[in-house]
Amino acid sequence: MIQSEPLSCREIVELVTDYLEGSMPPGRRLGFEEHIAICPPCRNYFDQFRHTVELGKKIEEEQLPPDVREALVNVFRDWQKDAR
Amino acid sequence: MSSSDVEASADSALLERLRAGSEDAFGEIVDSYGPAMLRVATLYVRDRSLAQEIVQDAWVNVLGGLDGFEGRSSLKTWIFVILGNCARRRAEREQRTIPFADPHESSLDASVDPDQFFAATHPRWPGAWSSVVEDWRTLPEDRLASAEATDAFRAAIAKLPARYAVVITLRDIEGWSADEVTTLLDVSPENQRVLLHRARARVRMSLVDYFGSEAE
Repeated sequence: MIQSEPLSCREIVELVTDYLEGSMPPGRRLGFEEHIAICPPCRNYFDQFRHTVELGKKIEEEQLPPDVREALVNVFRDWQKDAR
Repeated sequence: MSSSDVEASADSALLERLRAGSEDAFGEIVDSYGPAMLRVATLYVRDRSLAQEIVQDAWVNVLGGLDGFEGRSSLKTWIFVILGNCARRRAEREQRTIPFADPHESSLDASVDPDQFFAATHPRWPGAWSSVVEDWRTLPEDRLASAEATDAFRAAIAKLPARYAVVITLRDIEGWSADEVTTLLDVSPENQRVLLHRARARVRMSLVDYFGSEAE
């Protein structure tokens, strides 16, 4: 495996989504993991980032307000009338 | 059957009923996609009642284009492409899009304020953290996931330029796949990741402020 240049903290913070999305070449991935393993601030940053993503998943979908839904059903009814 | 096959066959069953004029079928689609459509439209115009008009406008176009829909993308993606077009048109007309000179946009390319690192030329710690990064693992779980924290998340999204806000909303709140968002926005996979990363980084910054101020 080609050994890539060691990553600085400033580079690490830009790569977290690439890492989480699995879109890094294996050598880079290893370098990222090695850095995180020995660098407490970057580990905290990585953890904050993951928590941020997790928090988004917890935001619940609200339902459409009844008047908005009603207006959309009327759009449908108008469309049907026009189609006939 | 793969999940996209399942989706495709559910789509075609739904489409058949919709084309046959089933109001129930329409209600099902509206209940599945309507809330996310309203949320996305709001990101473009920052105004709830304008956003409602955009969603209605989008449905007029969806229903009008139903016969021409060939299923090359999923029904969901197709509906949201139409929604995005309606929203952008409307935002331009209302001039409610966030201007390019927005301070958030200009500083979006750095995930962390550069002042928080030593310079790249530093003799001992080039590009290393020069500031403290809070350990959120010491925060209680119920505070990390509190209603106030999710409010802070949403408030941070509301400050982002629309494209960034749309990507993080669909990926992280609505659970869309990277492929779906890439298709919707007609961008490269790399570009989709950049938009997502910058949006997440910005939301993380807001949460740092939020948890930090709470601790004091």
